[in-house]
Amino acid sequence: MNRPESDRPESDRPELNRPGPNPPDSDHWLTRPGTIRLIWRVFIAVLAATVLAQLLIKIKGYFGVDGWFGFGAAYGFLACLAMVLFAKLLGAVLKRDESYYSERARDD
Amino acid sequence: MTELLSPALILVAGALLTALLRGHLRTVVILVAPLATLWAIWQVPDGVGATLPFLDYRLEPVEGSPLRRLFATVFALMAFAGGLFAFRQARWYELAAAQAYAAGAVGVCFAGDLITLFLYWELMALFSTVIVWSGGTPAARAAGIRYAIMHLFGGVILKVGIEGIVIHTGSIDIQPMLATNFDTWMVLIGILINAAAPPVSAWLSDAYPESSPTGSVFLSAFTTKTAVLALIMLFPGEPVLIGVGLFMVMYGIIYALLENDARRILAYSIVNQVGFMVCAVGIGTQMALNGAAAHAFAHIIYKALLFMSAGVVVYRTGKTKCTDLGGLFRTMPLTTVCGIIGALAISGFPLTSGFTTKNMIAQAAIGESLTVVYFALAAASAGVFLHAGIKFPWFVFFQRDSGLRPKDAPWNMAAAMVLFSALCILIGVFPEVFYRFLPFPVTYEAYTAGKVLFYLQLLLFSGLAFFLLLPLMQRTLTISLDTDWIWRVALHSLAGRSYEGLARAGRFIEARVRAAIGGTIARVQRYLDSPASDRAGRLEIFSRAQPIGSTALWIAVLLTGYVLAYFL
Repeated sequence: MNRPESDRPESDRPELNRPGPNPPDSDHWLTRPGTIRLIWRVFIAVLAATVLAQLLIKIKGYFGVDGWFGFGAAYGFLACLAMVLFAKLLGAVLKRDESYYSERARDD
Repeated sequence: MTELLSPALILVAGALLTALLRGHLRTVVILVAPLATLWAIWQVPDGVGATLPFLDYRLEPVEGSPLRRLFATVFALMAFAGGLFAFRQARWYELAAAQAYAAGAVGVCFAGDLITLFLYWELMALFSTVIVWSGGTPAARAAGIRYAIMHLFGGVILKVGIEGIVIHTGSIDIQPMLATNFDTWMVLIGILINAAAPPVSAWLSDAYPESSPTGSVFLSAFTTKTAVLALIMLFPGEPVLIGVGLFMVMYGIIYALLENDARRILAYSIVNQVGFMVCAVGIGTQMALNGAAAHAFAHIIYKALLFMSAGVVVYRTGKTKCTDLGGLFRTMPLTTVCGIIGALAISGFPLTSGFTTKNMIAQAAIGESLTVVYFALAAASAGVFLHAGIKFPWFVFFQRDSGLRPKDAPWNMAAAMVLFSALCILIGVFPEVFYRFLPFPVTYEAYTAGKVLFYLQLLLFSGLAFFLLLPLMQRTLTISLDTDWIWRVALHSLAGRSYEGLARAGRFIEARVRAAIGGTIARVQRYLDSPASDRAGRLEIFSRAQPIGSTALWIAVLLTGYVLAYFL
């Protein structure tokens, strides 16, 4: 059951999963530029479809603005933009090297 | 007699047997005890079964209600799936502690009075600390001590509040109250500490990611959600909670965006999700409380699922930083798919459990015409997709090729992930079945064309924002300072400095006392003109007279120093 680290099958052990110089499957079809271009095109088409669908389907606005055409799309995008920028700004103040606490512990 | 026995006791017995047994017998206990608990949970009738005299009080160890059974059910499910996920990989003490921890959570669910609630509350604090320690690294040990201090501190505050309520009202019943006086504020603060509310949210993201790959799955489920249950039972409609909840929602998003450690991203998103629930309890209508309970149920499942997929990655690769990971989808397809299902569910995508539960909270805000709350929650829904829905799977399973080619999940971990993925989808596809178990009658319609379209716009354009802003979100090898800086650095150096000051004061006082005593003795001896004065200078070090005050002072200083050095 709870086998110690050394008893586990070799393939289970993290240190043996290190890649060689040319890891297999490094040219996966999902990572080819052609596939990525296609994914972007489909994604943009879906984005456009969700906004245009509002011509057919009414979104009930509970507070007025949330029923406007494309409000969900614009609000989602702008909210994310604001949050990322705010996080970036806050990060400038709050980010420290990841050894920040461990080095302090060693100093004492 | 049996109506005095809480279903939690089955898990307590399970924990004991897990610790004592080995091999297949232990596996059977780990898997059967939660299922037996689940059965027992559904045998608990509504209302108080029986009372137990204790001192001057009458304890109510088991009280049933739909709300209590709902939370207990998901805790038992969690204990089962967590046990399945962990039983071949985790150490025996982690597995036993997990059962005892789950027992505490189930016990809180059925506690009919504040004293019973407090006992199970502390049981959780105790055994969750053991799970943090089971991480086994020096960092896990230190984080576990900080975690224990925070929870014992929260427990003391809760106990102060409970004592006050017992003395001033004479009642130990669990009943709705508002934070209007010192006692109720203490109870509220004690519960909010467990909910990872500000200003102490940092305990969660400090401790959970340090646990073992399996430990974080258990940790993600119980502590914060029992706090949500306690808030629903004790403080429905407390207006302070709306503000606290909204702060937690935004805090979780911003810190998760800055974070590099995959499991810490998920830890921040627990604070974010619990924020939704706390805010709902603050709104306090039937719709809002239904939303809080439903969201807690769904959240436990998808958050455990996310921690499971992260746990498999940590178990297989030994790495947890986004900067070290990436491209794992090639060899870990199942873990990737399950991680994505969890990510879609937490984002509230249509057809997942997040959509049918979290949006009840937004509907409750609409019902009370809380414009600011509604728009803040909508922005937060977009933000959840940003930090947990895309960021987590993208950086762990996709982005660049890290060159790692680990094997996919072991069969038991895979089975647990598939089980919880299925539940995420079932609650999303058949919400009306799930709604039957909620505490109040549900009038909410989960799927309307307009609502689905609105959330699709909101979420998909958040996705667009993520990929367009990707250059701004490159992972760095950094951590972000939080309020825990106050106790990890400021208080620490203050303690060090006051220790030095105390030692200096001690030396000064000792010198003065010695001088005063020496002077007095010399004066007395001169006065008596005793021949003994000739011998005084010749006494060896151990036969010299030492003032008692100086000894006591040194013992105090040493003990203070020892305690500080041990804990900090």
